[in-house]
Amino acid sequence: MTQRIEIVRKILDSNQRIAASNRALLDENNIYGINIMASPGSGKTSFIMETLQRLPPRVHVGVIEGDTAPVTIDADKINALGTPAVQINTGGECHLDAVMVELALQKLDLKLLNLVLIENVGNLICPASFDLGTTANIVIASIPEGDDKPYKYPNIYRGLDVLIINKIDLLPYVDFRMDYFTKGIQMLNPDIKIFPVSCKTGEGFERWIDWLSSNIPTKDLPIDQ
Amino acid sequence: MTESILEIANRAALENKANRVTDIYLTIGQLSSIVDDSVQFYWDHISKGTPSEGAVLHFNRVPARLRCKNCNEYYELRDELMPCPACGSISLEIISGEELLVDHIEVVKD
Repeated sequence: MTQRIEIVRKILDSNQRIAASNRALLDENNIYGINIMASPGSGKTSFIMETLQRLPPRVHVGVIEGDTAPVTIDADKINALGTPAVQINTGGECHLDAVMVELALQKLDLKLLNLVLIENVGNLICPASFDLGTTANIVIASIPEGDDKPYKYPNIYRGLDVLIINKIDLLPYVDFRMDYFTKGIQMLNPDIKIFPVSCKTGEGFERWIDWLSSNIPTKDLPIDQ
Repeated sequence: MTESILEIANRAALENKANRVTDIYLTIGQLSSIVDDSVQFYWDHISKGTPSEGAVLHFNRVPARLRCKNCNEYYELRDELMPCPACGSISLEIISGEELLVDHIEVVKD
């Protein structure tokens, strides 16, 4: 016989629970964690590298790099800057989830860090639904992607703390209506902080670094030379 | 996403001593990022050999409902995100449209 069973449960309930434990782990260790989401080619890795080079010496960073394939290109670049980086190969999955981040956090020496940057898989759809347990969620949009993204992928802009608009040096060459773009963002997320930057010219980074530094907890760590 | 649906359905079947899950009813908001076809595609693969094999997925799409904070107008999004149709304000509250739920399932008991 057929029977109806009521469930009414969030599909991603179990991810949410592990995200909460990641968040607690970061909090216990006095670490500010950031989930960086974006389309492929928006300049996530360049943005991370530029940020690493500009942070004050009191900030000790660990980076988690998510990729769908078993490559270590991004992690190698970060390691070359002297920053510990862990690569996650999602095995074809188009987003990171809280379990993958839980495992990656075990590979970082959290006692020595006060900032963890997580580079999500390049994708504007799936990462939106998966809380990783970070302190802040950010999206890097870039000028060549076009100004209609908030209208096409509304979900990713909800629950965001920061929006980086990268490649602003290309504004004179591309039809990008900044007011149309930011209007879409404001409809979805009125409290979001927006930082227009260019990784190429360095424009806008000062404001972003000031904001970021002011959010990173003080921790008694040796000062980098 | 699909794995989570499968896990929820299989566990509910087990807890209720059901042999087989025949139907799964999902509530999906218009603004949530989930594509019916890709869930169905993965479903057919990953549900094999589990109590949920062959279960039919039903997607109940919930429209995005907004409230204008300026004039208190309530409206639904037809397709694209848009400002308040009454006053043009972009100061909005999203009331529904972000759901991602397993609502209920139907099972067979011998």
